[in-house]
Amino acid sequence: MKRLMNIEPSPALRGFLTLLPFILALFAYSIASEARLAENPHDKLLPSFTQIVDAVDRYAFTENKRTGEYLLWQDTGASLYRIGLGITISAIIGLFIGLCNGLLPIVRSGLSPFITIISLIPPMAILPILFITFGLDELAKVMLIIIGTAPVIIRDMQSQVMQLPKEQLIKAQTLGASTWLVTLRVVLPQIMPRLLASVRLTLGAAWLFLIAAEAIAAQEGLGYRIFLVRRYMSMDVIFPYVIWITTLAFAMDFSLRKISEVCFPWYHQGAK
Amino acid sequence: MSFLEIKNVWKSYGDAQILERLNLTVEQGEFVSMVGASGCGKSTFLNMLLGKENQTKGEILLEGKPLIQEPDEERGIVFQRYSVFPHLTVLQNVMIADEFSAAKLLGFVFGKKKAEIKAKAEEFIAAVGLTPALNKYPHELSGGMQQRLAIAQALMKKPKILLLDEPFGALDPGIRADMHVLIRDIWKKNNLTIFMVTHDIKEGFELGSRVWVFDKLRHDPQAPNAYGAQVTYDLDIGSEGNKSDSKMKIDELSATSSNPIMQEEQA
Repeated sequence: MKRLMNIEPSPALRGFLTLLPFILALFAYSIASEARLAENPHDKLLPSFTQIVDAVDRYAFTENKRTGEYLLWQDTGASLYRIGLGITISAIIGLFIGLCNGLLPIVRSGLSPFITIISLIPPMAILPILFITFGLDELAKVMLIIIGTAPVIIRDMQSQVMQLPKEQLIKAQTLGASTWLVTLRVVLPQIMPRLLASVRLTLGAAWLFLIAAEAIAAQEGLGYRIFLVRRYMSMDVIFPYVIWITTLAFAMDFSLRKISEVCFPWYHQGAK
Repeated sequence: MSFLEIKNVWKSYGDAQILERLNLTVEQGEFVSMVGASGCGKSTFLNMLLGKENQTKGEILLEGKPLIQEPDEERGIVFQRYSVFPHLTVLQNVMIADEFSAAKLLGFVFGKKKAEIKAKAEEFIAAVGLTPALNKYPHELSGGMQQRLAIAQALMKKPKILLLDEPFGALDPGIRADMHVLIRDIWKKNNLTIFMVTHDIKEGFELGSRVWVFDKLRHDPQAPNAYGAQVTYDLDIGSEGNKSDSKMKIDELSATSSNPIMQEEQA
């Protein structure tokens, strides 16, 4: 008998083990839901699957009579726009400042301590300031995402640039490269896959800030809807919304990883 | 006027004196092997030739002019590791050398100019025997092949001085012997001036036309950092230094020298 740490599951077993927790969770939910509904058919806490499907149908596939829109897609569009804009701007800021900080000692001495301090401010604590300064429109929500994620990306990019072997940078100089060319041809292409990895990690925080901002002040958005229907204890809406947000987050993470694998094969094949 | 003149060069880090009173001249086409115990300052000296570090006192003249105090095209370098770009293929790794000077702003060249650079790069890649791996990334190459690539890169710029910092230290003995043949061949064909740091004395004698042994002449037991190392032996072993000859030199050196490091390395 091999040691436990040396036992590798077969592909079939691995597939089964992957699905098992999901199946168990669904099963446990359905038992609990049935038990509660048997006692009180109007219980709202654990709706049955039929109730959930009904709610999904109402929100995703039924036209709103007043506005002619589909609520779920409207919310999704609004939220994706905010998070997409916020994280893209964060990534651009993070790449630019992080790269300058990492490569140029003169910029680093000026900016690095400042950014370290800024990154320690809890973004939620300054949310009121953002709402007051930027109003209750899109800008404040996007700003919250940027303020929450950009410092993290900047710091990560800076340390990634500084971890590039010094030998490479010197080699490039002996081949006649200026600071600009070292940046463009040596540092930037090597830092791009690391930027994507960094964005993937900060996406979780970005969702957190998005939903928090939407919960406080918005007219549409996934987070807004969840906090709106909470007043009616509409678990049959909240559950599918949460699952939908999770699916979106997974899709974003997955596609960023795929983009990175396609664009930077050398990075994923063990060359670090 | 000599090709490279080192005039009374001193190097210290704070209180620690690393190198002192270096007075050396090197002619074009020499292959200088630098040996000595670890921490004796041979790598520091190489870094000064490279421009990565600057001397505390004295001057280094290349063709009569002070050496530029940052790395540039005049000096090529091959490090023990990490001196190729992992995100570029073999061909791109070598082409980038000329792309840097041909496209100062964009960093990329196109059309006819690109074809020219590609042809030149392919020549150098062939010279180090990497043609079959033209489109591979460095992580797909063995350690020896990566060093061949690093050499090809450096040769593209026709550097006045080629610096080798323990270039074969991480390689297997068999591969190392192949690399010795390659580097000697390249040295002779291109009339290069080479400085090589190595911790392998035999390698130093085998390849070099001249061997510098770095060691401290003065010792203060109360303040081990008070004095720096000097070149204690400057041996001209000629370009045709064959194996039996260098073996003799090594024996002679370890017999006459009271230097424990030399004996240690022999053992």
